[in-house]
Amino acid sequence: MLAYLLKRLGVAILVALTVSLITFSMIYLSGDPAVALAGESATEEDIENIRRFYGYDRPILIQYLDWLARAVQGDFGQSHYLREPVARIIFERLPTTMWLGFLALTFALTLSVPLGVLAAIRPNSLVDRAALTIAVVGQAMPSFWFALTLMLWLGIYWRLLPITGTASWANFVMPAVALGYYVTPAVMRLTRAGMLEVLAADYIRTARAKGLRPMRVLFKHALRNAIIPVVSLAAVQFGFMLGGSIVIETIFAINGLGFLAWESIQRADLPMMQAIVLVLSVFYIVLTFLADMLNAWLDPRIRVV
Amino acid sequence: MAGPILEVENLSVDIPVPAGLLHPVQEVDFRVERGRTLAIVGESGCGKSLTSLALMNLLPPRARRTAGRLALDGEDLLGLSEREMSNLRGNRMSMIFQEPMTSLNPAYTVGDQLVEAERRHRRTSASQARDRATWLLEKVGMIGAQGRLRQYPHQLSGGLRQRVMIAMALMCEPDLVIADEPTTALDVTIQAQILHLLSDLQREFSTGLILITHDLGVVARLCDRVAVMYAGQIVEEGTARQIFRTPAHPYTRGLLDCIPIPGKTRRGEHLGTIAGIVPSLVGAMRGCHFADRCPHAEETCRSAPVAFRDGVETGHRYRCILAPDHGPDANGERNRANGRTNPE
Repeated sequence: MLAYLLKRLGVAILVALTVSLITFSMIYLSGDPAVALAGESATEEDIENIRRFYGYDRPILIQYLDWLARAVQGDFGQSHYLREPVARIIFERLPTTMWLGFLALTFALTLSVPLGVLAAIRPNSLVDRAALTIAVVGQAMPSFWFALTLMLWLGIYWRLLPITGTASWANFVMPAVALGYYVTPAVMRLTRAGMLEVLAADYIRTARAKGLRPMRVLFKHALRNAIIPVVSLAAVQFGFMLGGSIVIETIFAINGLGFLAWESIQRADLPMMQAIVLVLSVFYIVLTFLADMLNAWLDPRIRVV
Repeated sequence: MAGPILEVENLSVDIPVPAGLLHPVQEVDFRVERGRTLAIVGESGCGKSLTSLALMNLLPPRARRTAGRLALDGEDLLGLSEREMSNLRGNRMSMIFQEPMTSLNPAYTVGDQLVEAERRHRRTSASQARDRATWLLEKVGMIGAQGRLRQYPHQLSGGLRQRVMIAMALMCEPDLVIADEPTTALDVTIQAQILHLLSDLQREFSTGLILITHDLGVVARLCDRVAVMYAGQIVEEGTARQIFRTPAHPYTRGLLDCIPIPGKTRRGEHLGTIAGIVPSLVGAMRGCHFADRCPHAEETCRSAPVAFRDGVETGHRYRCILAPDHGPDANGERNRANGRTNPE
């Protein structure tokens, strides 16, 4: 188990380094950053000053290592637009996005896993068809459109929930549903498929031959095996949700990382964008790592390196 | 203490399929005496596995079971609810399956799965159950039984897994064990070990055993009684000696003819085969199921259902309207069968 953990950890660190390299090279993707910063009416001298001020005159490798060393210590430099440390702004906004992501994933899993299990126990039943409908609708509907629809009905016509902001928990209901619903179809269908396969397995028959009660057969013997691919998928989907939260946070005016990313793109605030991409990527890597660990706990065969 | 441990009368299984109603098991009846072994033999698809699942009430959801009588130690099983039935399963009757590689849950340790089998039915502590599991693993010939409890199925070979399955079936000291082709998926060298183990344990615990197999060699050595199944029906039943020495049904004789006998069957000699294919079991079938493949079939065989007839010795019966010694080669077959049963 320890060997497997270390191996996955090594892979995670390598992925994080690769992501950091790509993130860093973003600066040079849109040409010379000093020219972009200086603006249109700048003289040659101004540009040279800016280049020296931000250290863009140094060799690229040195720039990268310097940037990486600072980033590891939590220093992402100054925001070009807000003139404040990037790290401070990000860590102000991060909890909101994490909270939204957590709520959305909780909503998605509590809806999709039980429905997937029910659909698998009674294939082609009413429950199965209802679950399929939910899945197809979720798959077909763009999340921004669903978010706007929710807003229109629940927020404006029926006045049940606040439309924008982060004042109370009620503000998070619609964004979490809109964001989580996007993940639901895949998780539900995978749960159903996994359960159907596992329920037909020989060891389920063995469990029944032991006289075990149906609930125990279902939850102890079947679900644990069926849920393994779902865990991996949920981690991947959570990553997509962090990306999707850019849209959702913008629609609901939630002051999170996604909203910040959107603002920074508009302001061409490079250090901020770099940092956001890196932080979200690292979160994604950590989640994937945790999913691997959870799966290793669920399925002893994975632990064999 | 008198009376058989299991009585089965008129057991049938029907499964609706697109083409109609499939009858994989038809009017099967037999009994298993206390501490005795009944073999059910027949080729693939003859209904022997479904018969065993029907006894345990573990049939696939769409299959329907009907029976005149189904009783374990005199207690009627037909009237039991699924909940009451589950109280007996793994407790007073248990089952060993064909596929040891896939019959254990990969996510739990051997110990967990063994302990669970006992604690479902008995009020024992976890440590008592673990002690029994260790003791049974030793009984089934596993070295280092204590440590095996912490192992996962994927860490064990097929033979070891089947030993675990046997131990699991014995956790609650059942009155009846049903072993559905317990050695088919194993190496030939392991097969013999597992069968001897089953037979030894059956004698030691004086458990009734139903051994489902297509291996007649196994049957000859280990079983008291034999039921031969063909196309959903029992076509002949008797003591192992009767079946091997005086097989009456043409199908039984054909089966015995298919086995090479060391020292008797010459190299290069043709082994017997049974011409034709198994009939479709969809829809109603009149007459003898074997008629289309039987070398002696007559018009009367196909026209009416064939009832059981008693053999010369008591306890021997067969579904054939023709006399037991019918056919020119019957004597030759009996001699070969003799050669087979002698070594025991």
